[in-house]
Amino acid sequence: MEGNLNLTLKIWRQKNAQTAGKFETYQVSGISTDMSFLEMIDVLNNRLIEEGDDPVAFDHDCREGICGMCSMYINGRPHGPNRGVTTCQLHMRSFKDGQTITVEPWRASAFPIIKDLVVNRSAFDRIIGAGGFISVNTGNAQDANNLPINKDNADDAFAAAACIGCGACVAACKNASAMLFTSAKISQLALLPQGQIEAATRAQAMVAQMDEEGFGACSNTGACEAECPKGISIENIARMNREYFSATFSSK
Amino acid sequence: MTKIDAKIPNGNLAEKWTKFKSSVPLVNPSNKRNLEIIVIGSGLAGASAAASLAELGYKVKVFCFQDSPRRAHSIAAQGGINAAKNYQNDGDSVYRLFYDTIKGGDYRSREANVHRLAEVSGSIIDQCVAQGVPFAREYGGLLSNRSFGGTQVQRTFYAAGQTGQQLLLGAYSALQRQVGMGNVKLYTRHEMQDVVTIDGKARGIIARDSVSGALERHFGHAVLLCTGGYGNVFYLSTNAMGSNVTAAWKAHKKGAFFANPCYTQIHPTCIPVSGDHQSKLTLMSESLRNDGRIWVPKKENDTRKANEIPEDERDYYLERRYPAFGNLVPRDIASRAAKERCDAGFGVGSSKMAVYLDYAAAIIRYGKGEANVHNMHNPTDEEIQSMGKAVVKEKYGNLFDMYKQITGEDPYAVPMRIYPAVHYTMGGLWVDYNLMTTVPGLYALGEANFSDHGANRLGASALMQGLADGYFVIPYTIGAYLAAEIRTPSMSTDSEDFVKAEKAVRDRLDTLMNIKGSKPVDYFHKRLGKIMWDECGMARSEKGLKASIKEIQALQKEFWSDVKIPGEIDNLNPELEKAGRVADFLELGELMCIDALDRNESCGGHFRLEYQTEDGEALRDDEKYAYVAAWEYERQSSFKLHKEELKYENIKIAQRSYK
Repeated sequence: MEGNLNLTLKIWRQKNAQTAGKFETYQVSGISTDMSFLEMIDVLNNRLIEEGDDPVAFDHDCREGICGMCSMYINGRPHGPNRGVTTCQLHMRSFKDGQTITVEPWRASAFPIIKDLVVNRSAFDRIIGAGGFISVNTGNAQDANNLPINKDNADDAFAAAACIGCGACVAACKNASAMLFTSAKISQLALLPQGQIEAATRAQAMVAQMDEEGFGACSNTGACEAECPKGISIENIARMNREYFSATFSSK
Repeated sequence: MTKIDAKIPNGNLAEKWTKFKSSVPLVNPSNKRNLEIIVIGSGLAGASAAASLAELGYKVKVFCFQDSPRRAHSIAAQGGINAAKNYQNDGDSVYRLFYDTIKGGDYRSREANVHRLAEVSGSIIDQCVAQGVPFAREYGGLLSNRSFGGTQVQRTFYAAGQTGQQLLLGAYSALQRQVGMGNVKLYTRHEMQDVVTIDGKARGIIARDSVSGALERHFGHAVLLCTGGYGNVFYLSTNAMGSNVTAAWKAHKKGAFFANPCYTQIHPTCIPVSGDHQSKLTLMSESLRNDGRIWVPKKENDTRKANEIPEDERDYYLERRYPAFGNLVPRDIASRAAKERCDAGFGVGSSKMAVYLDYAAAIIRYGKGEANVHNMHNPTDEEIQSMGKAVVKEKYGNLFDMYKQITGEDPYAVPMRIYPAVHYTMGGLWVDYNLMTTVPGLYALGEANFSDHGANRLGASALMQGLADGYFVIPYTIGAYLAAEIRTPSMSTDSEDFVKAEKAVRDRLDTLMNIKGSKPVDYFHKRLGKIMWDECGMARSEKGLKASIKEIQALQKEFWSDVKIPGEIDNLNPELEKAGRVADFLELGELMCIDALDRNESCGGHFRLEYQTEDGEALRDDEKYAYVAAWEYERQSSFKLHKEELKYENIKIAQRSYK
């Protein structure tokens, strides 16, 4: 035992997409405050394996807050209680001895559950595939410094591009809307001169794909921005709406 | 003995690539439509290759084990990407980038490949900007640069501390565009289990759908492995949890030689281990050494807090030992110097296995600079601090935040504690100039190959190499092979070779599931990691390596008789996936020790205690060891060495000095 936290975990268990799921309760003890939340789950899982039980399936990869794979809904909030962090960067020092922690998967019909805490977020890939790019084949480019870009615009584009595609915005929204995710990409490219040529078709195609995937409408409550681990601003949604409407009005 | 031929074009170094491009056989557009290419891995190398090849008209399939191609671990690269643009007018050139890379690699890489890398580096920046990658810019709207280790020019392009993320998202966007157009078929949550060879050529793969557990057969006229490095053989590394050697190792067992496996990079600036629960280590970008100063107390076993230790009682040991490069010496040298200080009893923090990376001086310097910019003539200390912190935040904010999250300490107020950790592997599948392995039709790109970094990679060169291979090298070199394949029709996957390969994979998975032993996969992985870190990490010795080979062999036996894998074979089963990867790491670890034992010299990341200069620097033996060690798999625990001699025709090989 290296730590002193004793915790009660209520974790959503679901064998696969076809079976119904339910909460199971587990006790863990001796948890160090230096552990990350996922390392705490590792401790639980290794114990479950040794006891002959099926460990909790969860998505994770880089464990440094950038790949966007981890996706736990902890005590009613995507990525847990702290602002601006992913689950893998949430450390156990944010919890108290004796606390009960509830862990669920992202809940959204566009993110079907695969197993336990693992959901399918491929809808995001399809939204990007619909228009989240600049059509420039390899080898087409001019010299990079032939295109000066106002620093403020470049910085704003970067801030929007910092989205990690984790889906916390969708999980936080009562309508399971993907507006923050979609608008971040539309904004990034709309802020840059390279993105202007396709701006109208991009906004229309990405919004159409977003709707087709079954994401809900914007609730205007700002929960997405509050829960985004990368601080993606809700201003992006306003920019997307401008792009979308101007594209719609001017479309042939 | 199979002869290895690097197929380096004739002619002057600076003309080789141009001549090659102008004379390599072409495949006409109507034939490209009938040629299928399989790409494994969706990081910088895989995504850029898949997108570029699909743009050319080839039929491409991409496989990744993650839930989306955007998750590949290239996403986590922080500091930047090198390119010989000379935008800063500070004397950079293609030749200088080439020279720095060869020297940085301690004269153990291939001249022709490295020169090509330097030549295409500028086009990468152009391409990325055209895609909308938001690189850092100056007020005039032009691109900003910074310095990295092992160089004296500013040639590194960056996007805060998230350069890898932005580059990968650029390549991912290009890839998704091709997916949307139907030119690339994407298979996420799929892991390659084996390469299928027919009549000696790579003709496809067996993949496992991680969600259903189903095995699938896929045909390709060529197979590209863009599967990254094998740093997770050490258990703890800065790699993602899922990063693995499996695809490369399966290829190795099917005839692809594995080159220089012992060349691993231990990165000097990582967050130290906090306890036994540690599952991975986190890098603090090398770019932090631009502005941060590294030090330990002059007094042994000093227990005072960092801020209580006066300036004259601090040992800025890198500045002391290497005045010409100071804190910006290459990674291998910085790592060994940190280990030396900690081993000698000068380490800091509760574990004493850490050194300080201090931003106090940089904050003041930047603060004063800002005061000048804003015409403040008598700024207060507080104003200087606050403006300085704002500049540091803009440059490195996400890194500082990450440090605070992980350690609970505020790096703006107290120096960061750092220690070296496994980060990158220079070794990998042996490839020729065309990036083809010793199996015809099987290619390796990016970190998965061995080609460009010699015994030590310079910072900000991994992103450059991954994208160079994918955007600008493979689209040309693959023509040399595929031009002769236009008469090969798409093959049925019902052939005996595919059926046999699938059965072998199935049998192995069944065997793993049926062991029903007593220990989880992690137990074995941690033990392997400890052996590798202790004996095949920052310092290696004949005695230690010989003992390790025996220990690893014993651990392999134990694994195959006592591992316990829960769950089902036909459902999502992360433990089964891990078990397959660790089984391969156990074999690779053995080969790494064998390779390290063979190389009776010290060079770059490979440091043999028996071979060092009087002042503790690496001692190369160019007479005997100026070769690439390419290992052929014969059978379990038996590997045959082939040597590719390295000829330096343009650079005079010299002792590497950063003093």
